[in-house]
Amino acid sequence: MVRASPDVESVPPEPMPSAAPEGGAPARAGGAAWTRIVTLVLAWGFLFSVVYLSWAKIRGIPGMRRVGVDIWLSLATLVVLFGALLWWTWQSVSARHLARRRARGDSQWAIAARHFKKNRLAMAGLAVMILLYVVTLVTPLIAPYDPAAQGDIITSRYLGPSAEHLMGTDKFGRDIFSRVLYGARISLSIGFVAVGISMTLGTLIGALAGYFGGWVDSVLMRFTDMMLAFPRLVLLIVVIAVFENQSIWLVVVVLGLTGWMGTSRIVRGEVLSLREREFVQAARALGMGDWRIIVRHVIPNTMAPVIVSATLGIGLTILTEASLSFLGLGVQPPTPSWGNMVSDGRDALTQAWWIATFPGLAIVLTVVAFNLLGDGLRDALDPRLRT
Amino acid sequence: MIGYLLRRLLGAIPLLLGILTLIFFVMHLAPGDPTDRIFSNPNVSPEVIEQMRRNLGLDQPIHVQYGRWLWSFVRGDFGYSFGQMRPINEILPTVLWNTLQLTLISLVVIFVLGMLIGIIQAVRQYSVADNVLTFLALFFYSMPSFWFALMLILIFSLRAGQEGWFVQFPASGMTSIDYEYMGAGGRFMDRVRHLFLPAVALGVGSAAGVARYMRGAMLEVIHQDFIRTARAKGLSERTVIFKHALRNALIPIITLLGLYLPFLLSGAVLVETIFAWPGMGRTIVEAILARDYPLVMATSFVIAAIVVLGNLLSDVLYAVVDPRIRNE
Repeated sequence: MVRASPDVESVPPEPMPSAAPEGGAPARAGGAAWTRIVTLVLAWGFLFSVVYLSWAKIRGIPGMRRVGVDIWLSLATLVVLFGALLWWTWQSVSARHLARRRARGDSQWAIAARHFKKNRLAMAGLAVMILLYVVTLVTPLIAPYDPAAQGDIITSRYLGPSAEHLMGTDKFGRDIFSRVLYGARISLSIGFVAVGISMTLGTLIGALAGYFGGWVDSVLMRFTDMMLAFPRLVLLIVVIAVFENQSIWLVVVVLGLTGWMGTSRIVRGEVLSLREREFVQAARALGMGDWRIIVRHVIPNTMAPVIVSATLGIGLTILTEASLSFLGLGVQPPTPSWGNMVSDGRDALTQAWWIATFPGLAIVLTVVAFNLLGDGLRDALDPRLRT
Repeated sequence: MIGYLLRRLLGAIPLLLGILTLIFFVMHLAPGDPTDRIFSNPNVSPEVIEQMRRNLGLDQPIHVQYGRWLWSFVRGDFGYSFGQMRPINEILPTVLWNTLQLTLISLVVIFVLGMLIGIIQAVRQYSVADNVLTFLALFFYSMPSFWFALMLILIFSLRAGQEGWFVQFPASGMTSIDYEYMGAGGRFMDRVRHLFLPAVALGVGSAAGVARYMRGAMLEVIHQDFIRTARAKGLSERTVIFKHALRNALIPIITLLGLYLPFLLSGAVLVETIFAWPGMGRTIVEAILARDYPLVMATSFVIAAIVVLGNLLSDVLYAVVDPRIRNE
């Protein structure tokens, strides 16, 4: 990785602790300390409120005959979260750690991280994203109702939002809030796995096309153009509709297989310039094989734009999955997903606006978070965009 | 220029053929065929189904079917829709025209709205208005179009109808029931009213995208020397922004014109389904679900052709507006 030249970027943003006189710290450093304290307090507050919400279920565990893997996973998440927060707090208050952090060198990633931390919107996106993933892990503990449990058909269907049912109930009397929480698991996992597939595929195809050039390049890029020449949603519908039984895995794989084109174009562009660089030529002169050069030297240097497009891609994939589920081709009804919940709400729009509204808001929140994060990462990782 | 256009069009042929072949084999290799859906009734005897399959040419091996499809396709005959039982050449023009009405209107919405917002943001960079608009743009950009469409219906059709608001829009269809009895002006207004919600639902998300690009492009231009020169020689701010800056900022935006077509066509699938708009998007979804192979192939071809033409259009426009670029 290329080290940054000692320019404006690599000057430490805060004066060394020994140089700063007691009480007379510059306003900037004070601001950083304050944001850190506020974030810490918020994080601890979040952890305690999760524990508080799930206290009844945690206390009930010794009495339960069989406890699902889900619950253990959630408990493990809580413990890990607790540990991580403790460590973070210790790091923030102990002077030794602060000093060590300032003394650390400036790798490309450290510079990017510093730029990223200055971008408040992007940090908010990151916070929401972490919050969402934590919530998906502890869902079985904090969800007030079973997402599939149907209520009394007469007394509990189409109830409006209230303290008992935060987001109301649907036509089977199921609690919308619990379903939105469980739907987050489905949507976020699908987004994560599908983007994992498409990023791997896109990086591989782009790197091969860019590195080898010639006919490999033209074949692969013509194929990419062909896939791009067709609206993704229509292609997805064609492929998914022909399978009789639609499982979640089918949706994930097909989403992954139709989302790689943008990445492969970006990676190809990067590799075209990387392959002429001295370090690749040096690797070749040392007698390394093509495969090893690609995997060890070329692909790691294309990671920055890939990470950006992966972050933006998760948001887009969640939107696409929701659209598919809305059309009835994605996640199938008994399993809650944000898309099929909006679709349920569409039939009851006249009498129960809350069924369609809240899952949609959850989608918007998630996608906004991923887009903020992706934009922030792009600004931080691309040296040309740094100001 | 003409040579370039011809070369690009010829280059598009293998592209289109490739995507159509892919769709053909995906659809045909999957288990089940259209007769399953039509004759799921157990009282229909197997002989009738067999006869039906022979009539539709489904009993042939797949390469023969592919050859037949290709041959009639090359001659401009899209075949016969299994689902609607009429020639596709009759169905296609109507649905295509309906979709084009919707997409072209929302293309106008997208660019007018997006560019205006982008200009405001760039001129007042880092102001409160800029920050609010940036966030709003992100919000609309991240919104699923189907959900936004439902919310529009909820507010502007249902609520407005219940509360008797001044602005009310119909929630579905292209025309009212009494369309036939209206005068020319009434018909026009009726169509506009029906078009309004779908066009907004389809356009607002992309408009937010255009606004983001426009802001970036304007900012890049505004900080250049010739703008300072224009200001220095005493031109009014309006002339500087709308004449000198805007013209140069438009160059990257114009390429978006063609690139937004695939987005719009994808979005049209959802929006047309929600608003019961009889266009391409709805037709293709219904055709896929009914295994109406010829209709799927025909609509896929039209969609892919529109996308390819959109890309070509954006490249040509790029060369037209920017004399530094020549596609040779």
